[in-house]
Amino acid sequence: MSPVSDQPFVKLEGVAKRFQTGGGANTVFEDLWLSFGQGEFVCVVGHSGCGKTTILNILSGLERPSEGYVFIQGREIAGPSLDRAVIFQSHALLPWLTVLQNIAFAVKSRWPDWDKGRVREHCQRYIDLVNLTGAEKKRPAELSGGMKQRVGIARALSIEPMMLLMDEPFSALDALTRGVLQEEVLKICGETRQTVFMITHDVDEAILLADKIVLMTNGPEARIAEVVLNTLPRNRDRHDLHRHPHYYPIRNHLLDFLIDRSKNFHQELGFKNCDPKNPPLVMPGISEVRAERPPSPALAGLRT
Amino acid sequence: MARKSWAPALLSFLILFLFLGVWHVATLPEKGAQVVDDEYAKLVGAAAASGQKSAMPGPVDVGKKVWSHLADPFYVRGTNDKGIGIQLAYSIMRVLVGFFLAALVAIPLGFLIGMSPTVYKALDPFIQVLKPVSPLAWMPLALFTIKDSGLSAIFVIFICSLWPMLINTAFGVMSVRKEWLNVARTLEVGPLRKAFRVILPAAAPTIMTGMRISIGIAWLVIVAAEMLVGGTGIGYFVWNEWNNLSITNILSAILAIGLIGMLLDAVLNRLAKAVTFPE
Repeated sequence: MSPVSDQPFVKLEGVAKRFQTGGGANTVFEDLWLSFGQGEFVCVVGHSGCGKTTILNILSGLERPSEGYVFIQGREIAGPSLDRAVIFQSHALLPWLTVLQNIAFAVKSRWPDWDKGRVREHCQRYIDLVNLTGAEKKRPAELSGGMKQRVGIARALSIEPMMLLMDEPFSALDALTRGVLQEEVLKICGETRQTVFMITHDVDEAILLADKIVLMTNGPEARIAEVVLNTLPRNRDRHDLHRHPHYYPIRNHLLDFLIDRSKNFHQELGFKNCDPKNPPLVMPGISEVRAERPPSPALAGLRT
Repeated sequence: MARKSWAPALLSFLILFLFLGVWHVATLPEKGAQVVDDEYAKLVGAAAASGQKSAMPGPVDVGKKVWSHLADPFYVRGTNDKGIGIQLAYSIMRVLVGFFLAALVAIPLGFLIGMSPTVYKALDPFIQVLKPVSPLAWMPLALFTIKDSGLSAIFVIFICSLWPMLINTAFGVMSVRKEWLNVARTLEVGPLRKAFRVILPAAAPTIMTGMRISIGIAWLVIVAAEMLVGGTGIGYFVWNEWNNLSITNILSAILAIGLIGMLLDAVLNRLAKAVTFPE
């Protein structure tokens, strides 16, 4: 079975977000077209201000796009739904509830007619899954940053959503904790074949976790530049990831984009005909697409 | 450096004894000096004439008076002679009734104001105008409309307790963190469940602060209100003892008012701690 399903599970069509300011409309991003299948792990990479969080909020239903449509399984998003669970960057636990109560709050929202025992049993399964066994009675204030985010992950998974939305879930954690949690998320999502849409700043995190990496140009008026297909095999492992021959081509491609191309992308657009409805699919390491692209004047000057 | 836990207590006692000492010395009777003419002295007796007994009592007199009040706080010997315990009970009862009626109005209304910017903007001018009005200014209006002095005192307590609770509830509800509301939204939590399981616990510490301010103000106002309406209560007791020129009784009452006020605040503080969550 291919890790990438052909059935479009999520479809963004011409999505834009504009804010009304004193001088007129301020466009965060526009003309976003993107689709991905069930079971795919999609990461969005881009600089601050390109509207990554806004895209995630639109997918969750918390915000509405100014233009365009978002479909999940062919149906337009009407608002927040229990089918899409959000893992917030700030974990967003309710501080007056214990770990167990925080997860139970979500479980009871999903299945209001479950009895106490069933809710408890279900919560315990997810507490054990994220290795928080023994911390059920603790309040968020008593937990470390990593443990809080584990609760956030358990809460999101406990409602058994069709899709998981993660807004830089590990960015507030220290490097060691981040690595451990990334591996756990990779393992859990691999086992359950969870569809995930995640936002990150971290290139290595994207390579480790994502099947598809969506590159966004700098805001305002940000757009999707490319979709990078992760050519590393899906049973990735943090320890020997960097030994794979495709690792450095992908990593270099992503870093080149973030450092140079993301801010000069509109110049690149002048050289080639880029259809925003079909952002180019790039497979670094397999087909060297970069050679086909005429170098931008700014870059050409530097390289020669 | 290890802090000595007994040091503040020791200092408190020192200040207390110093204060009592200065008070005692300042109110000692002046011996011998006759302040009235001889004929009048014969008439009223040597003690009064020599000014040995000033109207301002010393700490020992007040101590004795307080002890006698404590020994029999609940006696009733006619309309104008009731034990200090009974008077305090009347005042506490009025404060609690007025306070809880105010809470019943202020907390739901504050919730509504906090949830709806439209209601907030609509009610804000009324609140801004009515809030600074001294609660006692309502007294004549209350007496005229309610035609019952006891109920009028409760109404005054109601009015003065209303504003801090109303404003704090609205503020607490308004400043519930967006991320908690977003959690409720993504979990498709219904409006009632959201109000009771997310907004109320999140705003509870702020609401309790409002309640604590309210009960403090209510206890301040009840003394003045009872001085006006008369009949019963610690405020009336103070005014009555002023008419009797019994400074000893007035000082006992001041001490009792202070202690009860402290107690009310401590109870509310305990309740506030119970709903406060660490972040």
